[in-house]
Amino acid sequence: MALEVMARAATPIPLEVAFSVAPGELLALVGHSGSGKTTLLRTIAGLWTPANARVAVDGMPWLDTGARVNLPSHRRRVGLVFQNYALFPHMSAAQNVMAAMDRADPAEADRILDLVNLHGLGARKPAQLSGGQQQRVAVARALARRPQALLLDEPFSAVDRATREKLYGEIIALRAHLKMPVVLVTHDVNEAQLLADRMVVIEKGYVLREGTTAEVMADAVALRAMGIREMAAMLPATIAEHLPDGLTRLDAASGPLFLPMVEGAPGTRVRVRIMAHEVILSRARPEGLSAQNILAGTVARIVPGGGSGVMVHVAVGEHGILARITCRAADQLGLKPGDTIHAILKSMSVARDHVARATDRQQAAE
Amino acid sequence: MDWTALDLSLRLAAWTVAILLPVSVLLGRFLAFRQFRGKALVEALVMLPLVLPPTVLGFYLLVSFGRSSPIGQAWSSVFGQQLVFSFEGLVLASVLFNLPFAVQPAQRGFQAIPAEVREAAACCGMSPLRALWKVDLPLAWPGVVTAMVLTFAHTLGEFGIVLMVGGSIPGETKTIAIAIYDRVQAFDTDSAAIMSAVLVAISLVTIAVTFALSARVGRRLS
Repeated sequence: MALEVMARAATPIPLEVAFSVAPGELLALVGHSGSGKTTLLRTIAGLWTPANARVAVDGMPWLDTGARVNLPSHRRRVGLVFQNYALFPHMSAAQNVMAAMDRADPAEADRILDLVNLHGLGARKPAQLSGGQQQRVAVARALARRPQALLLDEPFSAVDRATREKLYGEIIALRAHLKMPVVLVTHDVNEAQLLADRMVVIEKGYVLREGTTAEVMADAVALRAMGIREMAAMLPATIAEHLPDGLTRLDAASGPLFLPMVEGAPGTRVRVRIMAHEVILSRARPEGLSAQNILAGTVARIVPGGGSGVMVHVAVGEHGILARITCRAADQLGLKPGDTIHAILKSMSVARDHVARATDRQQAAE
Repeated sequence: MDWTALDLSLRLAAWTVAILLPVSVLLGRFLAFRQFRGKALVEALVMLPLVLPPTVLGFYLLVSFGRSSPIGQAWSSVFGQQLVFSFEGLVLASVLFNLPFAVQPAQRGFQAIPAEVREAAACCGMSPLRALWKVDLPLAWPGVVTAMVLTFAHTLGEFGIVLMVGGSIPGETKTIAIAIYDRVQAFDTDSAAIMSAVLVAISLVTIAVTFALSARVGRRLS
């Protein structure tokens, strides 16, 4: 049930994009506003038709401008979660969910609402629900359509930070139930890196880079478009114990990591996003430092940036982390590939929403 | 009190509303959601009866419905009676004259539905007809109801066009507004006063009940 998308247009924005998404895979379309990512999502859903486009699910075309095939939205099995949810205001949560079913089935609606953690709230109207709850109803409604492709348009942008962290976790947990291709449109690189298996970076309607999340996040060209300060590595780890001082100890291949309270039972596999500009490098194992995390590794690559900085790829066990340091510091340390190096990370430099549970697919990829 | 005239007025208003209800929904929705070349002209045509003196519209209708006109001839060959100075002709004139009252509020009602919500209906697998029934109408109905109330009340008070197209035939085209005029002309101010008061009362009650109802449903919806 793979989703294949190709779109070319000159207006209203230039567009030249092609990608495919495998069943169960989550692809993030990342780009600034106006890059064309939402237009692509609307093309898949049938809400917009570019001059030249093809959208096919499992080989069956929904849209093929060459062959004059263009199914209207209501005949495409698509689940779309709108940025502002677009719930039907006159219907209860359960009625919203049932509105997307071929035959209204209250028991099935309850089951789907349970799945998105809205147990017992089926009778509420959208206006009586919080932003996070409305988003869950929107996800439930999209799933009730039994979609062959699930599309998420900036679904976390309208909620506060604390709710967003929670919703990330819920989407990750929900992925175990999703067998269809999933496309997430976002401008938030952290979100893409936490949730996606693969990323397509779009700039002004063109694909700048496409690849696995790890590949794209280590790519200088992609990162220049997304903002160099977004550059970060994902380090897999397992929650080991919650310490009485409020920290959580995680076990990573490189040794223990101490981070501010990470939610989850010991044994939970997580991924930690380590921002490149937060990492300090040291040749000798430093002592007398306040930083709690010192990861020993070797320099894999040194990639010069455009300006005063370089990106040092540090191999830590089987994984890599990134350190963005100045050219000057790299020169002073005389860094070259193969050198032993210590990467230093303050516990407090890892934000709460930079730690997320790992999906099975992400674990397999790592 | 001319009960026949009141009865005629109420029947005329009811028929006008019955015919304009589907027009209001379909044309209002069409104008709210579709963009097309010449849309401004169509909207202007719909609004035209609002600014024209009833006598002007009445004159054109008289000419185009008349015995020698194609419409008038076609009508009389099918129904065996003429269109002008008949109740049917009056209904037709009233429908045309009330077009702006019937379409404009409905169009505003449909326009108030966020585009995203309508797109969500399509993405939920609803055909356009199903979306009309399940989403558009439940959200836009206050506009449609307002349109129908305005049409009803406005038909009751119609005078100029009724006089032009219908004349003043008792039981056929003599509405209450005409009857009042008749009574005043005959210096029968008592009858005119009673009928005027009845008309005010009916109009006031109709509008007040609708407002009260829509306010109540509005609270329930929000």
